[in-house]
Amino acid sequence: MAEDGQEDSGSPLSEPDRIAPDGGLNSAVLGEGSRLLRRMEICVSEAEKRSCRNAVSMLETFTVYLIETRPLEPTADGRNSSPDSVWRRYSEFELLRNYLIISYPYIVMPPLPEKRAEFVWHKLSADNMDPDFVERRRVGLENFLLRVASHSVLSNDKILHHFLTKEQGWKDLVHETGFQAKADSRLRALNAIFRVRSPNKHLMEVKHYSDELQSYTSQLLRARTRVADRLYAVYKVHGNYGRIFSEWSVIEKEMGDGLQSAGHHIDAYAASIDDILEEEEHYADQLKEYLFYAEALRAVCRKHELTQFELEMASQDLISKKQQREELATGIVRTFSFKGITNKIFGQEAPEQREARLNLLEELTSEGEEAVKEKTAECDEHAERAVTDILQFKEQKDKDLQEALISYALMQISMCKKGIQVWSNARECFLKM
Amino acid sequence: MSGHTVPADISDHMLDLDEDEDLEVYSKNTTLADGGTMPNSPGSMVNQYQLEEDEEDHQDVKTKDIFVCVDNPESHITAIETFITYRVVTKTSRSEFDSSEYEVHRRYQDFVWLRSRLEENYPTLIVHPLPEKFVMKGMVERFNDDFIETRRKALHRFLNKICEHPVLSYSQHFKAFLTAQDLGPYKKQGPGFLSRMGETMRAVAISVRGLRTKPEEFTVMQEYIDHFSTKICSVDKVTQRIIKEQKEYMDELKQYSPSYLQWAELEEELAEPLKGVGNCIERCSKETEDQIQHLSEVLLPTLHEYVLCADTLKAVMRRRDNIQAEYEVKNEALVSRRVEQEGLQEEVEDLAGRVEQANSALRGDWTLWRNVMRTDLKSAFVSAADRNVEYYEKCLAVWESFLLSQRGESVEQTDWEHGS
Repeated sequence: MAEDGQEDSGSPLSEPDRIAPDGGLNSAVLGEGSRLLRRMEICVSEAEKRSCRNAVSMLETFTVYLIETRPLEPTADGRNSSPDSVWRRYSEFELLRNYLIISYPYIVMPPLPEKRAEFVWHKLSADNMDPDFVERRRVGLENFLLRVASHSVLSNDKILHHFLTKEQGWKDLVHETGFQAKADSRLRALNAIFRVRSPNKHLMEVKHYSDELQSYTSQLLRARTRVADRLYAVYKVHGNYGRIFSEWSVIEKEMGDGLQSAGHHIDAYAASIDDILEEEEHYADQLKEYLFYAEALRAVCRKHELTQFELEMASQDLISKKQQREELATGIVRTFSFKGITNKIFGQEAPEQREARLNLLEELTSEGEEAVKEKTAECDEHAERAVTDILQFKEQKDKDLQEALISYALMQISMCKKGIQVWSNARECFLKM
Repeated sequence: MSGHTVPADISDHMLDLDEDEDLEVYSKNTTLADGGTMPNSPGSMVNQYQLEEDEEDHQDVKTKDIFVCVDNPESHITAIETFITYRVVTKTSRSEFDSSEYEVHRRYQDFVWLRSRLEENYPTLIVHPLPEKFVMKGMVERFNDDFIETRRKALHRFLNKICEHPVLSYSQHFKAFLTAQDLGPYKKQGPGFLSRMGETMRAVAISVRGLRTKPEEFTVMQEYIDHFSTKICSVDKVTQRIIKEQKEYMDELKQYSPSYLQWAELEEELAEPLKGVGNCIERCSKETEDQIQHLSEVLLPTLHEYVLCADTLKAVMRRRDNIQAEYEVKNEALVSRRVEQEGLQEEVEDLAGRVEQANSALRGDWTLWRNVMRTDLKSAFVSAADRNVEYYEKCLAVWESFLLSQRGESVEQTDWEHGS
């Protein structure tokens, strides 16, 4: 498909391209930050269809992808070790990503390629089994692994390492971490409506930005799809000329040759749109990556909101516990309490009972203070790390998208050059009429 | 049976049709100011044309001594109707014309009148078609500016095609059309309604009967015409479809560029390249608009005229067949000796002559028409291809300048180095 690289993609930049010919990140060049990547090469090289019986004994067909890793440094005995290879299906990638999100909630998590083909223009198959879709998914999965492996924090994760090297038993390892329970509770919490009294201003701004980013990128992708659809129609209708000119040339003595040869060039023109639009899909994929990144960015902000909310709840709780203790200790009831009423009606309780309750409250209070301290630390840490990662994300986003826009311009230039060529040829033929 | 027959070649019988005294001055022996003789029939012109065939635009090689321009559409409102008139300006050095410049105003009906007289007087010459009376597709108002402009251009082409025709341009009706302030008197002349009806009925009767022997050359011609007709209609349809799809593409482009510009407002570093791409797309959509206009104004009208020409050709073939059939009917009657012989012999000879004239007129004009068609279509296709090249060149420049601004290095230089 696109393995041979794209012609006319422009002159090589002074440094090797960050984006490889197949549209994915060029693993050789991720520069600073390729922590894991400094130690090993990673690529998703193949895709294969498999069938097996699932839990309800139904025959399932799915695609598996081959992840090949090779340590870059020679082993202790000085030889280059052979590559490891692991077959994984899409759902396993999803599992890995979910685990990473729970474990590193302050990281803007690199997205997976889309589960189902969206923003499809009519010719492109929406079928998950379609070879072009599978190929683009392969590239997307490789992209994901490269981004994760080059991340300063994520690249050290053990589960990630096992994912890359240990085909059997990896799923068990993941489930043993118990992340699933956390994932469920997090999902519930995030879906609940809560209001934070003093939200982190910066992160609120980022959340707002992520909403807008999502909106604009999806708008752009939709518009691009419609444009692609229309352009396809324009090119393909031209294909009719070739057929008609050919038939017409039979009855013409002088005009025949010119007409027919012009028709051939116009046929080539009509056929060229398939490759042109196929190439543009890579551009669309780059935009989609950031559409999904916007979601991940939003999630980080929401997680902080949740933590902040929990902190506020814990602080509230602590205040009320302290108040209760004070009332009990001093006997002065400042606020309405059930105990106060019963005291008035039935008289004060016995000193031993009071003593017990006071001790209990003391315990709860110091527990509450611990909880608040912990939550505060968690919240601050989350905010600090999130801010750092968000900054990194923004730099990466600007760089990646600028490159994507340039590559889009290059595609347009290539299309224009082809157009000039074809119509100049057709013109020469018409002149011979 | 009407005694009036419509001659194949008008020139000898010009005076018979026109009762206007003034026109008697112009007899068939008039010589042109440049010393050439007025052509009697296209047949005699064939040799002249064949010599010139090798040259491009041979029409212009022959001295063009009459120029006509159609412009200035004006609306006229009366109690009964509203109609448009067009100014027709003629410049000529021909001696048949009293003056060298004329200006008259004509409406569509007048053009229709002219064409029908030309067809009557020259039944087997190929007279260029007029633009249609109505446009069926879409509710195009008769007084819509685009419609008027398209019609004006087509009327201009129509008159110029007549000017360029070696026989038709000398038609008395053509001269009257170009010069008379009031066409009224001319319109009253000519074969009456009843005789025209009779003619049509005879034609129908004859076509039912069929021809005895159709000369091979005209069978071949008919086959060509049928084939050509289908092909030119298809090309016309495809071109219309392309224009339609281009318009829809352009509409989507207009929605596409704002999505980049809106996003740009959200970004900092990314704002500039996003705006750049958005602007490029906007400019390309403008180029697409211009290109669509060219297609609609150059290629499509030419194709459409030749679609109409195909119908004209079919009509010419029918008329030729009718002339032959008329002769055959009379000839059979003569041969069978069943009918009164008196005068029949003469009539049959007369009709035989008519058939000869009709055939030779068609033969000559056919070659002429084929060449004109080739030239016209070639020029239209070349122009369309040219415009496409121009379109892509302009879009290329737009994107290259964006790339230049982003990369800050010479794109053309590096492209050249890599032989792109």
